[in-house]
Amino acid sequence: MAYSNSLMLKGNEAVIHGALIAGCDCYFGYPITPASEVAHSAAKLFPMLNRVFLQAESEIGAINMVMGAAAAGKRTMTASSGLGISLKQEGVSYIAALELPVVIVDITRGGPGLGNIGPEQSDYFQVCKGGGHGSYRCLVLTPNSVQEMCDMARTAFDLAEKYRMPCYIMADGVIGQMMESVRLPEPEDRPYDPEWKMGKAVDGKANIVTSIYLEHNDLEEINRKLQKKYAEVQAAEQRSEELYTDDAELVIVAYGICSRVAAGAIEQLRAEGYKVGMLRPQRVWPFPSDALMKIATNGKCKGFLSVELSAGQMIEDVRLAIECKKPVHLYNRMGGNVPSCDEVVEAAKKVLKEI
Amino acid sequence: MSEKIKFGRSPVFFDPFERRPGPIKKNMHYCPGCGHGILHKLVAEAIDYHGIQGKTMFMVPVGCAVFAYYYFNVGAISVPHGRAPAVGTGVARAVPDSYVISYQGDGDLAAIGFNEFLQAANRGEKISIFFVNNSNYGMTGGQMAPTTLPGQKTATTPFGRNVLTDGFPVHVAEMVNTLTAPVYIERVALTSTARIMNAKKAVFKAIENLKNRKGFSFVEVLAPCPVNLKMTADQINDFIENQMIPEFPLGCIRDRSAEVENGTVPAPPAHDVESVKKVLFPPAMEDAADIKENTSEIFNRELRIKMAGFGGQGILSLGITLANMARLRNFNVSWMPSYGPEQRGGAASCAVIVSRNRIPSPMISKDCDLLIATTQTALDKYVGELKNDGILIYDNTAVTLPELPETMTKVGVDAVGIASRDVGSPKFVNSVLIGVLSVVLEQKGLLNAEDQADFEQAFTAAVREKFGKKPGAVESNAQAFAAGRQGIAK
Repeated sequence: MAYSNSLMLKGNEAVIHGALIAGCDCYFGYPITPASEVAHSAAKLFPMLNRVFLQAESEIGAINMVMGAAAAGKRTMTASSGLGISLKQEGVSYIAALELPVVIVDITRGGPGLGNIGPEQSDYFQVCKGGGHGSYRCLVLTPNSVQEMCDMARTAFDLAEKYRMPCYIMADGVIGQMMESVRLPEPEDRPYDPEWKMGKAVDGKANIVTSIYLEHNDLEEINRKLQKKYAEVQAAEQRSEELYTDDAELVIVAYGICSRVAAGAIEQLRAEGYKVGMLRPQRVWPFPSDALMKIATNGKCKGFLSVELSAGQMIEDVRLAIECKKPVHLYNRMGGNVPSCDEVVEAAKKVLKEI
Repeated sequence: MSEKIKFGRSPVFFDPFERRPGPIKKNMHYCPGCGHGILHKLVAEAIDYHGIQGKTMFMVPVGCAVFAYYYFNVGAISVPHGRAPAVGTGVARAVPDSYVISYQGDGDLAAIGFNEFLQAANRGEKISIFFVNNSNYGMTGGQMAPTTLPGQKTATTPFGRNVLTDGFPVHVAEMVNTLTAPVYIERVALTSTARIMNAKKAVFKAIENLKNRKGFSFVEVLAPCPVNLKMTADQINDFIENQMIPEFPLGCIRDRSAEVENGTVPAPPAHDVESVKKVLFPPAMEDAADIKENTSEIFNRELRIKMAGFGGQGILSLGITLANMARLRNFNVSWMPSYGPEQRGGAASCAVIVSRNRIPSPMISKDCDLLIATTQTALDKYVGELKNDGILIYDNTAVTLPELPETMTKVGVDAVGIASRDVGSPKFVNSVLIGVLSVVLEQKGLLNAEDQADFEQAFTAAVREKFGKKPGAVESNAQAFAAGRQGIAK
């Protein structure tokens, strides 16, 4: 039978298509807007492919089920949003400590507190900076299109498995809710049977998965080992996309929906003769610090503008990345508001006058 | 069972306990007089007797049994406090031929993890749970547990548990018995040889049920904690016999093991490329994908379309059909629904952008080429976003036009009326509107002849793709498209 690979999908649906093509075995999740279609798609498609879907009793239940399935050597994922991700943080800390590959989709919404279901990017701190207890890190991929929601699902599993750590796919509510034309990637065999999985007998002893180390020196050693791994990830896995950065005097830094709005604004600005470019982090951990430093020191760039749907969370990493060599400004909206192209155009013009 | 059980150490235990750090490798870490050692022994013997060691997965809790993996040579995971039944659910579902044991104390199971526990019981997970009730938190130093008796002194009830402020002891086994799914529920104690032999029977039954995949089995064990309760061996036995057992009566509360058939092991999840294609990839359509590039000049820039009206009018699916038509002609296309506070109060709208290039923001707040408005509110809200030379299609039974630029193309149509009269149902209003649109594009000469001729074919392909299995629906939508064309031509 002949198949087409062309579909119209919501971002929330595309991430499940991508995960199934990547060989995900199990989905455990709890409903929450604006991530619910992730669970709806999984509820329908996982059983159709003889895989596991279970609606958990809570966000806490879901992340712990994911922990169990991952420890048992299966590809597994969950999805939630903002306040649900807050609830999962205990489990994420354990998963990081146990060095389990797990994919977590975060379709971000407005906060703090109950907030609202509109798009915000205010989960940046909780997913990039740890979120739970202990000195751990998670990979964080930031798609800005439905196609990337699909493609990055596979990248997320690949990275999670390679480095044995949790990997978030963090997309704002707009990227989750919008539909776009998508080309599904060709599925292929993806065998997965990790040596370290729980219960596998090695020299007559069944593998265990634990994160308790009573001896202080033992735990310090484990922490140093984790930090070494994170340093390797930071060196090898930064990814970003650049637009007109060669000659740009002002470089906008934006991810997710903000990078789409900024792309439109930049075309408008260029048409009016303003030298504005953009760096779009495709991953915010590891943060594309090397690319930003290169721009900051290219002799053309006079300053940066971080465009965010938060009070200014990513901007801290921009400043750290360029070691404050250039001024970094913020244009932000919150509460579920997304800036229009015109707003970003005006903000950029204002910053250009100041730098 | 007696023939197979030998005195001495179960082969399920390591010998020595080499995973235990420090010099002591022969003894367990538990306090003198603790009940965990006895229960560990019973569980290890049962795992061996039923021959499930190689596939046993032990959920190691937070509590005194946090080091259970020192002793049992089985797969094990140290789980967060109280989450053992959730982690166990994940393991049991992911690896259906494994045997999941959850071993938990009263703080872990009945306080911080009560929800995970009750929900796993209610789902009838095929796991067995051993619940150690020693009336206090052992590991953290003897604080009040949900099972602490009224008046009992602990580190956090120094004046005794006050039921008026701290509540009453939780009867876990009885609570589980209110659920339908569990197969086996029993409460036992470890105060005497006779009691231990009863406990052994219960533990063996729970493991047998696990082996036979009968369903959720639960054994509550009243266990001694003399060190934290500051009692001698005699005193702790007396406490359990004369104070705990009256509060937590021993015995089998439910046993449906004999009635329930042995469960089967479902196939483990598997990744099969052909099945993935069959389920996720749409069948190729001759007249659909990849057949044509539209060349009309209007496609040289992005086209911005907005539809707005009431929820339930099909506004969102109208947008999806237009988006699919564009996708089937190889354009990049985005569809963005109203989302957030806007959709409260029944309003619905969506934005569709069609382009040969990458689409920047999928949201439209100005420079709209086409607005379809079916309510006055929708028109008033969005008409300002329409370009001066844009196209406005509106429901002329619901909308009174304000003063608008001469250059704007304004087309009033009773699409719902046409759908109801000519096709027999208002639900075909979307296809009527697309028919109307095709005439407007034609009259304005916006499409070249080839693309104009292709418009209906693209529409038919989008409808066929959506309703492929319902020829009636395909036919009615084609009829609606034609009715829309005729309706506006009049």
